Amino acid sequence: MAEAVLRTERLTKHFGGLAAVNDVSLEFFTDQIHAVIGPNGAGKTTLTNLLSGDLPCTSGRIYLDGDDIAGLSPDRISQRGVGRSYQKTNIFLPFTVLENCRIAAQSRLPSSMRFIRSAHAYPDVVLAAKRALAEVGLEHRAQVQAAALSHGEQRQLEIAMTLATRPRILLLDEPLAGMGSEDSTRMVELLRQLKQAHAMLLVEHDMDAVFALADRLTVMVDGRVLESGEPELIRASAAVQEAYLGTEEP
Amino acid sequence: MRGLRAGTVVLLACLLALALLPLVAEKYYIQLFTKMMIMAIFAMSLDLLVGFTGLVSLGHAAFFGLAGYVLAFAAPQYQAADLWLSLPLAMVCSGLLALIIGALVLRTSGIYFIMVTLAFAQMVFFLFHDTKIAGGADGIYVYAKPVAAIAGWEPFTLENHTHFYFVVLVLLALVYACLRLLLNSLFGRVIVGIRVNEPRMKSLGYRTFRYKLVCFVLAGALAGMAGYFAAAQFGFVSPETLGWHQSGSVLMMVILGGMGTLTGAVLGAFAMMLVELGLQGLPVIGGVEIAKHWQLLMGAFIVCAVLLLPQGLLGLGKLASRLRSKPAEARDG
Repeated sequence: MAEAVLRTERLTKHFGGLAAVNDVSLEFFTDQIHAVIGPNGAGKTTLTNLLSGDLPCTSGRIYLDGDDIAGLSPDRISQRGVGRSYQKTNIFLPFTVLENCRIAAQSRLPSSMRFIRSAHAYPDVVLAAKRALAEVGLEHRAQVQAAALSHGEQRQLEIAMTLATRPRILLLDEPLAGMGSEDSTRMVELLRQLKQAHAMLLVEHDMDAVFALADRLTVMVDGRVLESGEPELIRASAAVQEAYLGTEEP
Repeated sequence: MRGLRAGTVVLLACLLALALLPLVAEKYYIQLFTKMMIMAIFAMSLDLLVGFTGLVSLGHAAFFGLAGYVLAFAAPQYQAADLWLSLPLAMVCSGLLALIIGALVLRTSGIYFIMVTLAFAQMVFFLFHDTKIAGGADGIYVYAKPVAAIAGWEPFTLENHTHFYFVVLVLLALVYACLRLLLNSLFGRVIVGIRVNEPRMKSLGYRTFRYKLVCFVLAGALAGMAGYFAAAQFGFVSPETLGWHQSGSVLMMVILGGMGTLTGAVLGAFAMMLVELGLQGLPVIGGVEIAKHWQLLMGAFIVCAVLLLPQGLLGLGKLASRLRSKPAEARDG
């Protein structure tokens, strides 16, 4: 099997006495969606924050293409090809939809220390932004101010901005949260396409989407990995049933 | 789009009015408007930080005042400094000071940023106030205005108040135009992105510290340009020019005019100085010398302006254009 693009080794994060992420070792491969599920407070978002550099880890290692990236700042990790989307929509509300993506795409220029030429006079950047918008199906809203979008559309924009940075690894924190059924069908389809060229961490509560998409499934409880493996095996696991999936049954 | 074009027309009209002013105005008013335009450059430089990058600095006068001292040092005693050497020197010194202070203060944010910019500026203030450098608390005279000679030929002389006025007017227009370009550039988009959502800029891959630092240095150098001409015009530099009073006053100009717009900064500088002048000229009413208490009235004016026009004086124009365009929007909807 090919080597993992992203790999964590005994990754741990303490908040005071609380181990939000405890001894987590996971692997992410291109062409695979690795979904992480678990009850609220299981440490899924903290895990994402550790991988993106938004939080420093307490101990453990994060290997990207074999290099240890633990401790690098979010901007450096982003420049190495790790793109993340946020659970709580994190966009530039006063900007237009296109400008949100344009500034995301602009980050891939060697430098933005350019003081004279208009930012709109870089056709490649604008094109990359429009392509990202088209991928999530927001191109018809390009000129609308981001604050005027519906919640579901803002979620789509969030993903489009991440895509506009041309990442190789996607860390998606609940991309479907708050989306209407039509949009979420579209997003599931998009994620399925994206996995061909990306390694992907998918944190998601929508179990239908998770089982439709995941190639690998990890269940976290109280910061620890409870089970990790093929989705079908996880579904059958008694421990998981008890700890998590079982509680969702009516 | 129509609003934008109307704005451009108003802007050009104001520029024209300023260009024609010396034909009709007396010397006093020409000098007053020179001073207002200098403060407008200063206010724009601060707006670059406060309004566009979201960095509220309470120490911006340090760069303004330092440039004045550089001019005083650059001039041999009782003689004039060379404009072409001393102006760039003053701006570079202010920029360097901004680089040093910025490298330290930009590691903080929010209220802490306000406090440390104030602290560093006060350190510079006391450096000039408590030591014998340049006359200490008494300040130092700039006896002659800088000479703008190029190989013996003088295109203009700053000793002539009309020439001085036009030099400052050209600089005001130039600074405005350059900042407009800057704000539309890749760099400009990054600093505005930082103001709106800095964590997201980082996660998109921007090393925001670098951009903030470059912005801080640019703003410092521009404040230096303003401080240089303020010192040249006034003929005197004292520690007060780099104190927190001056920093607060220019911050109020930016807030009064409307943060985050260059025209707002210019408007704020003009408005505040005109109001100040108007209040100082108030007559004695019922035995009370109102003019003596102009600062009290100034405070009341600022409070009213902030309460009634949260977007600053420029908010008035926006309000008017929104009222005009409302029927059109209703039709579209």
